[in-house]
Amino acid sequence: MWEYTDKVKEHFLNPRNVGEVEDAEGVAEVGSMSCGDALKLTFNTDEEGKIAEAKFKTFGCASAIASSSALTEMIKGKTIEEAEKITNDEISNYLGGLPKEKMHCSVLGQQALTQAIAHYKGEAIEEKEGEVVCECFGITDMEIEAAVRENNLLTIEDVTNYTKAGGGCENCHDAIKDIILKVSGEEKTPVRPPLSNIQKIKKIEETIAKEISPSLKQDGGNIELVDVIGNRVLVKMQGSCAVCKASQLTLKNFVEVKLKELVWPDLVVEEVSA
Amino acid sequence: MKTIYLDNNATTQVAPEVLEMMVPYLHELYGNPSSAHTFGGQIAKKIREARESAAQLLGVDPEEILFTSCGSESDNAAIRSALELNPEKRHIVTSRVEHPAIKSYCEHLANNGFRVTEIPVDNDGNLDMAAYEESLTPDTAIATIMWGNNETGVIFPVEEAAALAGERGILFHSDGVQVAGKIPIKLKDSNIDMLSLSGHKLHAPKGVGILYIKKGVRFSPFIVGGHQEMGRRGGTENTAGVIGLGKACQLALANMEDENTRVKGLRDKLEREILSRVPKTRVNGGQAQRLPNTSNISFEFIEGEAILLQMDGYGICASSGSACTSGSLQPSHVLRAMGVPFTMAHGSIRFSLSIYNTAEEIDFVVDTMPPIIEKLRNMSPFWEEKAKSCGADKMPF
Repeated sequence: MWEYTDKVKEHFLNPRNVGEVEDAEGVAEVGSMSCGDALKLTFNTDEEGKIAEAKFKTFGCASAIASSSALTEMIKGKTIEEAEKITNDEISNYLGGLPKEKMHCSVLGQQALTQAIAHYKGEAIEEKEGEVVCECFGITDMEIEAAVRENNLLTIEDVTNYTKAGGGCENCHDAIKDIILKVSGEEKTPVRPPLSNIQKIKKIEETIAKEISPSLKQDGGNIELVDVIGNRVLVKMQGSCAVCKASQLTLKNFVEVKLKELVWPDLVVEEVSA
Repeated sequence: MKTIYLDNNATTQVAPEVLEMMVPYLHELYGNPSSAHTFGGQIAKKIREARESAAQLLGVDPEEILFTSCGSESDNAAIRSALELNPEKRHIVTSRVEHPAIKSYCEHLANNGFRVTEIPVDNDGNLDMAAYEESLTPDTAIATIMWGNNETGVIFPVEEAAALAGERGILFHSDGVQVAGKIPIKLKDSNIDMLSLSGHKLHAPKGVGILYIKKGVRFSPFIVGGHQEMGRRGGTENTAGVIGLGKACQLALANMEDENTRVKGLRDKLEREILSRVPKTRVNGGQAQRLPNTSNISFEFIEGEAILLQMDGYGICASSGSACTSGSLQPSHVLRAMGVPFTMAHGSIRFSLSIYNTAEEIDFVVDTMPPIIEKLRNMSPFWEEKAKSCGADKMPF
């Protein structure tokens, strides 16, 4: 048995706004019977352009019905511009959260809303963009990418919970993994171009010679670069620095800060004993 | 709220007589049956008696009964033993509608170099016997075909299937978890080499099962350890569980007639009434030979989990083959193997009765189901357009 919040159960057992608005200005039908859930959303606006009436018909499990009910309650009284901003997370939060395996129910609601608003505005309903990745549920790469990006999804399982993609024959799991890697890679892309190891070492040497050593020498000390292993910069303290009790502070607050700033943000400076 | 439990293929209540029998062995009679002293040794006698009761239920000798921890262990142990003792054979025959204890294990083996043939079923859930016979090859180490299907109750002709395997010198195992106590079993004269049973499906507690191993069939232990179970399964016996299961086997034998007359009558009434009161429904496997207690009904245009949760509000417990119930996105592999359309498979509900169900309970369920289905259908975007065009609106609701 799924662990549903009381609010999900309540909306499932006493769904609000079941039916179809007559002569609706906004209409959307998303999902299909074969994939296990489908939602028809209809709404009308008043003179002020606010959504006055919203109704749903849903084929699906308890959380699909509760999400639809929640959605109609959430958009009532809102302007189109306000309603447009509703995300699937907000639908889920309205219900006190959904089990993660059921997040696609809230996504379905959000999709219906987007489509109904497009219909209201007289925009052509967008054909699905991109290429179908998950053949079982007809989910495209664009949809998966959007879900991964908006919800910070990291695993195939997460993607399946949010979009259904990958929940059938599992043949598309590799393709989904590629999309996750692509998106997570984007976020990690550093502002500056990556350095090769040799470039990195050269820049470290340069920075030490020009920016760091002169200051230390003023106090009768110095620093020697021993090695660079990945982002670990191994150094030896010399002269007065080697016997100074505050040398660790110098290392972290001055040497490391300078190297991070001028060479690479992930560098860590470590002292090796003489 | 009173609980109406119609989910007995999932698990059953422990019979009061079974519980009563067990209590002393969880309490003051805690001895180890392997001990030399009387305090422990007296338990060995009780286990022997339980073995005799189990043997009686299956129509076999007590030495052919191996107590295990559950049906899944029995299933796994049977297949594993067959493969280990026939290392030159790399092929397994099974059906497309097995319980996960068989299905997942076979998939695991398929991923590890074994060849697995899954025999299909027809629209009524009947095994394709021609395909089965054809699949048996000299390379086949074991054929494992379930006796009664947990989702639909469809009964396979396993004795016939076992004979076909036997003629070719192929080991035959059957998952008999759902049939014990529901249909008469006489293994003595059959070609069935191994059969799995589960305690908690026949009013014994969870955590105890049986693997029948025909005399003369070699067996390689799954759990290697002490000398327990005649050296075929290490591990100190689940004394209370085994003793309880013995009692449950006696009761199953005694209640078999009630199961096949009164319980079957209740099941038939439940099915008849729901089908006549609710349009656009069908019984999955309804045309096949079935267990007397199981009914799998599809309600078109609505989704099973939603139906279950509505029923839950009235204290009615059942199961569904819908995707949403299991957490997967595909509806039941059994219904799909039978070619049940997606629209029907998503809205399937399994009712499974036991001897503890009453006529009043069934009356309550048949009165409660139609409004639940109507409520959900009125919420479904597919109901109006598709159903009305077929004249369903003229049917009594």
